[in-house]
Amino acid sequence: MSKLSQFSRSLAIVKKDMLIFYLKGPVVIMGLLFPFFLFGAFLIGRDLSHEYLFVALIAMTAFFTSTAVGPTIIPWEARSKTFERLISSPVSITTVLFGDMQASFYFGIIITSFISLTAIFLGIGVNLLIFIPVVLLSILTFSAMTILMSSYPPTDVPADVMMLSSLVKFTLLFISGIFVPLEKLPWYARAVSAISPLTYMVDALRYSVSMRGYFPLWLDLIALLLFSLIFFFSGVFIHKRVLEKRFT
Amino acid sequence: MSVEIIKAEHLKKYYGNFLAVNDISFSVHKGEIFGFLGPNGAGKTTTIRMLTGILNPSSGRIEVFGMDMKKHKIDIRERTDIVPEMANPYIDLSAMRNLRLMGRLYGMKGREIEKRSIELLKLFNLYEKKDTKVRGFSKGMKQRLSLAMAMLPDPELLFLDEPTSGLDVMSARLIKRIIREEQKKGKTIFMNTHNMQDANELCNRVAIINHGKLIAIDTPEKIKEIGAKSNVIEFSLSPFKFEGGIVEGRVEILGDKVKVYTGEVDETIKKIVNYAERENLKIISLNVEKPSLEDVFMALVGEKNE
Ligand SMILES: Nc1ncnc2c1ncn2[C@@H]1O[C@H](COP(=O)(O)OP(=O)(O)O)[C@@H](O)[C@H]1O
Ligand SMILES: [Mg+2]
Repeated sequence: MSKLSQFSRSLAIVKKDMLIFYLKGPVVIMGLLFPFFLFGAFLIGRDLSHEYLFVALIAMTAFFTSTAVGPTIIPWEARSKTFERLISSPVSITTVLFGDMQASFYFGIIITSFISLTAIFLGIGVNLLIFIPVVLLSILTFSAMTILMSSYPPTDVPADVMMLSSLVKFTLLFISGIFVPLEKLPWYARAVSAISPLTYMVDALRYSVSMRGYFPLWLDLIALLLFSLIFFFSGVFIHKRVLEKRFT
Repeated sequence: MSVEIIKAEHLKKYYGNFLAVNDISFSVHKGEIFGFLGPNGAGKTTTIRMLTGILNPSSGRIEVFGMDMKKHKIDIRERTDIVPEMANPYIDLSAMRNLRLMGRLYGMKGREIEKRSIELLKLFNLYEKKDTKVRGFSKGMKQRLSLAMAMLPDPELLFLDEPTSGLDVMSARLIKRIIREEQKKGKTIFMNTHNMQDANELCNRVAIINHGKLIAIDTPEKIKEIGAKSNVIEFSLSPFKFEGGIVEGRVEILGDKVKVYTGEVDETIKKIVNYAERENLKIISLNVEKPSLEDVFMALVGEKNE
């Protein structure tokens, strides 16, 4: 079976995900309203530069939209017994998961692109040569993260995964230098930040709005790339390992 | 002789310590409807999942179309399709969208998908509902759609896991008719069922499985012969009166009918006739029947199936 035809079949999975999961009200609301809400809370009573706000807004939007649905897709399919059907067709598990990842990716891109237009209203100059690759790579990383999140435990209760993934997401949100810049953190908090992919996105975005970053830009990009590869392939590996547990 | 489409050798499947499928071997030939018959929990679904490559056997070997399942899973799947145990199209998608998704997953071209989907929707009496979300479908409609989805890529080998179980009569009948038509087109069908009647009506050969073990594998007729020693003599007397003790063998009284299970047809009938003369009773009816597949199944499995 050629890689190309598996890729084109993964697009069928993207379409299915878009039709079933992304056009649903609650999903859009959770993915969209939520970052705005947080952002508002974050704004109140603080005197922050427009650049600083823009970076926080984009990072939160990208992070929440691209992780809104991904973790629950496979548990949901297992529950509604469509999963068995899907994987008995001539596509590999990797193809199915690659399709699910792409769905998260495209959804994240679409929404984040719209939100990026706020730069115009805030009157910020954005270096698109940095901004676009950073946003694409970051959203890819977060989408890959959803594959890992849905892999374990092999439950068929979407709410369980939802809870676990929310826990992880919020933890990451608070250790990623969005609310307090990295250089102002004590050394141990900085060490914790280093394990969050969101940290590198926020850092790299600062370069795109001509603020100083903490790490060199190349390091941010490499870190994001490595995270995306590790997330996706470890996710696929675990999914394959626990596959049998999903049929009861 | 004929081409072997499926060859299963010494399949075993453990779930933890529990042995769900215990060393079964069989082959399925091109163009036949092969029935896998057994009570609930016998290991039918586990077997079909191994044959479709979803579960890996704990030991043993599977070949489909002469290809090893371990090495050629995707190639094999290009030429097979399955209707799993639960009717499970996507309920948030319309019938047509479900079909399109399957077509794409099998690498079919857009035009081909549209054309064949419409044919199949008509065949399964679902054409009027083609743009309706599956959420509102009855179980029978979902199952018909499921079979249509499986037939869309025109697979050479179809796996059906209890295709008519729990369906309304019309849907069950339609599905059975279409299964037979597929066979006429040269397709091979592997079918799980716990329904003796379906196995009897549809299958060329039947394997009987219980507690993970194969007990018998043959044509329905041959399997019935295993129990042929026990003919069933059914008769009715008027006015109704009967004393079980006069014949040998198992006696069942159902209303005004008596069933005697016996190997001695001649002797038993003579005894019944004598009894009727002696007691001055009129014989309303008297039939000698071969045991049904169900009678044999129960004799083999040794327990009531639901
Ligand atoms: N995923 C699983 N984990 C543990 N036990 C299972 C699992 N699937 C099936 N079983 C057990 O294996 C046996 C065979 O099941 P199954 O193949 O579904 O039977 P059938 O389809 O003939 O009703 C049953 O006792 C069932 O409880
Ligand atoms: Mg079953």
